[in-house]
Formats: sequence, structure tokens, C-alpha cells
Amino acid sequence: MKKILTSLALLGLVVVGTVAIAAEEAHNAAAPTHFPIDEPKEMDWSFAGPFGTYDKAQLQRGLKVYKEVCAACHSMNLVAFRTLEGLGYSEAQVKTLAAEYTIHDGPNDAGDMFDRPGKPSDYFPAPFANEQAAAASNGGAAPPDMSLLAKARGVERGFPRFVFDIFTQYAQGGPDYIHSLLTGYDETPPAGMVIPEGTHYNPYFLSGVSLKMPKPLSDGQVTYDDGAPQTVDQYSRDVSAFLMWAAEPHMEDRKKTGFRVLVFLLLFGALVYLTKRKVWEGVAH
Amino acid sequence: MSEGHSTYTPKTGIERWLDARMPLPRLIYDSFVAYPVPRNLNYAWTFGGILSIMLVSQILTGIVLAMHYTADTTLAFDSVEKIMRDVNSGWLLRYLHSNGASFFFVAVYIHIFRGLYYGSYKAPRELLWILGCIIYLLMMATGFMGYVLPWGQMSFWGATVITGFFSAIPLVGNWIQELLLGGFAVDNPTLNRFFALHYLLPFMIAGVVVLHVWALHVVGQSNPTGIEVKSKTDTVAFTPYATIKDAFGMIVFLFFFAYFVFYLPNYLGHPDNYTIADPLKTPAHIVPEWYFLPFYAILRAITFNIGPINSKLGGVLCMFGAIVMLFLVPWLDTSKVRSAVYRPWYKLFFWLFVADAVLLGWLGSQPAEGSYVFMAQMATLFYFAFFLVALPVLGLIETPRRLPNSITEAVLEKNKGGGHHPAGATAAPETKG
Repeated sequence: MKKILTSLALLGLVVVGTVAIAAEEAHNAAAPTHFPIDEPKEMDWSFAGPFGTYDKAQLQRGLKVYKEVCAACHSMNLVAFRTLEGLGYSEAQVKTLAAEYTIHDGPNDAGDMFDRPGKPSDYFPAPFANEQAAAASNGGAAPPDMSLLAKARGVERGFPRFVFDIFTQYAQGGPDYIHSLLTGYDETPPAGMVIPEGTHYNPYFLSGVSLKMPKPLSDGQVTYDDGAPQTVDQYSRDVSAFLMWAAEPHMEDRKKTGFRVLVFLLLFGALVYLTKRKVWEGVAH
Repeated sequence: MSEGHSTYTPKTGIERWLDARMPLPRLIYDSFVAYPVPRNLNYAWTFGGILSIMLVSQILTGIVLAMHYTADTTLAFDSVEKIMRDVNSGWLLRYLHSNGASFFFVAVYIHIFRGLYYGSYKAPRELLWILGCIIYLLMMATGFMGYVLPWGQMSFWGATVITGFFSAIPLVGNWIQELLLGGFAVDNPTLNRFFALHYLLPFMIAGVVVLHVWALHVVGQSNPTGIEVKSKTDTVAFTPYATIKDAFGMIVFLFFFAYFVFYLPNYLGHPDNYTIADPLKTPAHIVPEWYFLPFYAILRAITFNIGPINSKLGGVLCMFGAIVMLFLVPWLDTSKVRSAVYRPWYKLFFWLFVADAVLLGWLGSQPAEGSYVFMAQMATLFYFAFFLVALPVLGLIETPRRLPNSITEAVLEKNKGGGHHPAGATAAPETKG
């Protein structure tokens, strides 16, 4: 056993040594080579950890931010209105909410396409007719669909943090990233940095010094009716939480089931272990 | 071992009737009840059983997922999301299946390292070992093709990179690549054939597993001392001794598996795979699944031409060579002693090899630039040196520690210190209730 431990220590040393060498590579503030320039800030999320649950009031505020701001450019093709009951809305409220949207449907019996009010079984309609239209209206880059954004974005954690993440159950890389990005527009680029025209500097952006999307949120832009602060920071938190829900609507269910499964395995494992001891009692091995 | 006489006696009329026509109950009894296993097996030996439940779990979740999945480039991504959102417990099935692949590989790597440490590949277990290597190869093909099915960015670009390897082969390379892809690039025909093969290969794995277990039951299990079973006191009956120990090992393994499935289901995946495949947008870093990373690092470590072999072909040859090494292990190792327990130098090199494999894995996840390339080259060199130099040479120059005469002697020696097992009780364990 002692030998195994020393071997593991040796292994650790080798890995740490190589990481140290790798980290030494030169750093130039005006012409960074690795993105994002700044790592996302880790926030406190109600849905983090083994017993995490969504804060429904926050999700409803986040939905409001999405509807009033993001939805102007970003689609959310995979989210159906009916699932909004998961945000704490009643069936009737969802019906009303869906009816606010106009859905292009058809063809009808006469062979014509027509518009009708949305039903709970409909999905959020996209702001643009197709990807090309979306790209054309947004400086050549189509705004990404938001259904899975909170799972599709994440900054590499690096060694040794990715090891600790297993124990802390860190799985909020997506919302942390979105929140940091949305609140990161006000920072000034370092002297000498070249920002391509038509793009906006953001040190949290995953794949460059700047992005096409201009600062989307400003203080007081969305009216909250539950007394939550109407600041960019709060909007960003709320919409990030909402996007996490949109990407992983069954998360609460998953964690609840997980706890039961683990408790069962622990108890069952203990019983099997005691049985094993009994069976092997008196049999040297 | 199993050449020994069957101790099965049919008790009921049905059993006697079956036994005279097709003795399946006898086969099961002889294989999983009376089958003698060395009494000194440690928990590293539970991974065979763990692997078999993982295979069953993958096949079962996979069949249900296939009922909801659509293998069409325009529908695949959304059909997976439909499973995640609308299918009853679909999220559970899908996370069990995707994390199940990872844990299947966790188990197989422990299983392979156990074999390397205890010299389980040595005569007469060479064929057993090679069948295992074939299973591992089939698992890699299955895992790779399965990762393409959700049709995310990493699915697409991973498939593009990996099928691109084949084009490096002289003369027939392009033909093989086009055959794999069903065209000139990864597209709908690729997705369809990968789905068909992803459904087929697990059953081929199951078939080779049957051969693997058959070979195992002919030669018997090795054990931590590496000494062959010599007498009845060296063994215990599979049931209840090994069954209950395996069961406990499985539950502990399932605990770790469940921890990831329920709390970190996307930890082992890549965020880019939640973006639908886009042939026009190359991701910044194309990274395969973690279980391929050491081989990916070896592939990219070859940045130089060797005579007529260009760096691309060299990388591909090294990568496949790294797997070929495993097949050759039974003949590369010249030691007369099986187990690393009695081989101080081999033990050291074994753990260095483990460290090297982990380091290669980490390097595989990093961009191939700067000092990473040099580190990957050194680690690749050590990888091959372990097989081609350390294994043959150590066996010739190393002085092994004194071996016990039998498994029973080793067990008694070990237990002398503890002293809580009465020696008399060890004489005939199988007569104990």
C-alpha cells in the first residue's frame, strides 16, 4: 500500500511539473492568444449542489428578460410553451402566455398558410425566418439558438480545478459564463488592443477579444413587479438561471432521483458488505 | 480447471429432463456456482463482473434510446433533445447511456491495468488476453460511433478528424475513408451507417465476451500471487464467495456511476456537443472523448517526417501501434514471474506507465502547441519504451522476490500478522456452511 501511495505521489509530481512548464508561456495583454481573457466569475446559484432547486421567481423574471430583450434576435426552438408550467405558471397562465404569440401555421384545407394565436403545444417562434435572414440582420453572424446555450457554453476549467469540480459538483459553467459575458461589456480594453470594427470588446467572450453582439442590457430596461433590483447584474443572473432551466428542465427531478439512488446504493451496499463478511468469515484470503 | 468433473446433480424432474437434452442448467451451475476461483482474489478482480453489467446496461438503455432516435442529419440533434425533454425518464436513459460509455471505459482501463500489474496475460492466458484486447478495440469503435449520433459539433468534427486518419494510409487510404463515410465528407450516409454499426457492435462485443469467459473458464483465473492453483485448498467456490464479493464491488462502482449520472451528467462530455453540427464552423479545439485522449496525444506527438513516412502517417501508425502493443504483451514480457508483487523493478515501471498514460490523456486534451508537443513526444517515447524495452529487458535482468509455494501458503503468510483468522478454519473452506 505504501508503495502505491508513493507511486501516486510521484504521478502527482510529474503532472504538477508539466503544468508548471505549460503555465510559463508568455502573456501579452494587448494581443492575447487564449480566450476568454478573464475567467467567468463563479456565482451562487440556487440550483447548484446535490439539493439545488430552481428559484421559480427568478426563472419567471429570466423569462421576462428573454421575452423582452433576447428574443428580438435569439430563437429558442426547443422550448415549448407547455413546459413553462415548470416555472410555476398555471395551465391557464401558460395558455394566455402562448396566445400572446402569433404562430405561422398551415397549409389549411384550402392550401393556404395562415397565422393563428399560439397554443401551449407550440414552441417559441424564432425571430427570423431562417438562419440566413438572422445572419444578414446581425452583421453576418446568426445569433445562436438559446435552448441549450447554458450547456453549450463553458470555459475549460484546467488542472487541478477539474479534479475539485467532481467533489464540489461544479456544473454551473454555462450560467456563470453567460452572466459574466452579459456584465462584461463595460470593461475597457487594454491599451494597444485592436478591436475589429463592428464588434464589441468583452474580456469574458469565449472565442476572441470581442463579439458582434452589442451590450444587450442596461439598468431599468425590464420592469420587474416583484421588487427585485432592476440592474444589469440582476437581469443577467435571472436570464442565466432561466437559460439553465431551458437547457435542463428536468434538473430538479434528476437531483432528487439521484439522492434516492445514492441512499439506496449506500444501504444496499452496507448490507451486501456485511453479508460478504459473514460468507468469508473464517476463510483466509 | 473446468476439465474437472461436473458436480451438478439435477434435483427435479424438469432439471433431469433438460439435462438429458440440453444441459444448460449444468453449464450455469458449473460456470457460476461450483467454478473454483483462487481464494486470494482482491477487489481488482471484480471488474470483469462490473464490465458485464455495464455492457448489459448499455445495451438495454441503448435499445430504448434507439426507439426514440432518428438517424438523419436534419433530425438527429432534435430527436436527442426530444428524448431529454419529452420522453418519460428520457433524460435518465440518455445520461445513463452517455455516462455509461465513460464508466464502461473506466472499468475496462482498471481491468486492463490489473492484467498488466499481475501478469494475467502470461501463458496459458494469452488467448484470453487477446480476446480482451479485441473487446477493447470493439468498444472503442462503438464508443466513437455512438458519440457521432447526437450530431453535435464534436460529433461531426470528431468523426471528420478520426475518419481522416484513414486517408493517411498509402494506396487504399482514400478508398477506406470514403467507404467509412459513404461519401467524401461526414454527412447523412455516415450518420446512418454509424447508427447501424453502433447498434451491431455491442452484440459482437457480447459474442466476444462469451469467448473471453469461455477461455477464462478453461484456464482459470490468475490471482495476485500469479501462482497457478495447485490444490483444492487454493480455491473457493464461485458461489457464494466470488458472487458476493463481485456484488459488493458492483454496488460500489454503481455508486460512483450514479454520482456522475445524477449530479455531473455533462462533466465528461464537451459543451460544444450541445451545439448542432455545422460543417462550415470548425470548433477551436477538436477533442475526442476522454477515453481516447492518450491515443490522440500520441497521434499528434508525431510532428516530424521519418524517411518516406510523413508526419500524418507516422502519427496514425504510432496511434494504432500503441494499441497493437497490448496485443503483443504476452510475448514482449520475458519474465518467468507473473505478478508485479514479486517484481520490484517491474512494479516501479508499471506505475510510471500508469502515470505516463494519465499524462498522455491530459496532453491529449490540450492544444498541440508549444511545450505540450515536446511533452507528448517524451510521453509517447516512454509509452513505447515500456512495452518494447522495459517488458522484455526487465524479465531478463530483474531478480524477483521469493515466491511462496502456493496460494494457500501466501494467504497464510499474509494472515499470520493479522492473526484473527484461525488457521484450522482455512483448511477446507468449501465444507463450511
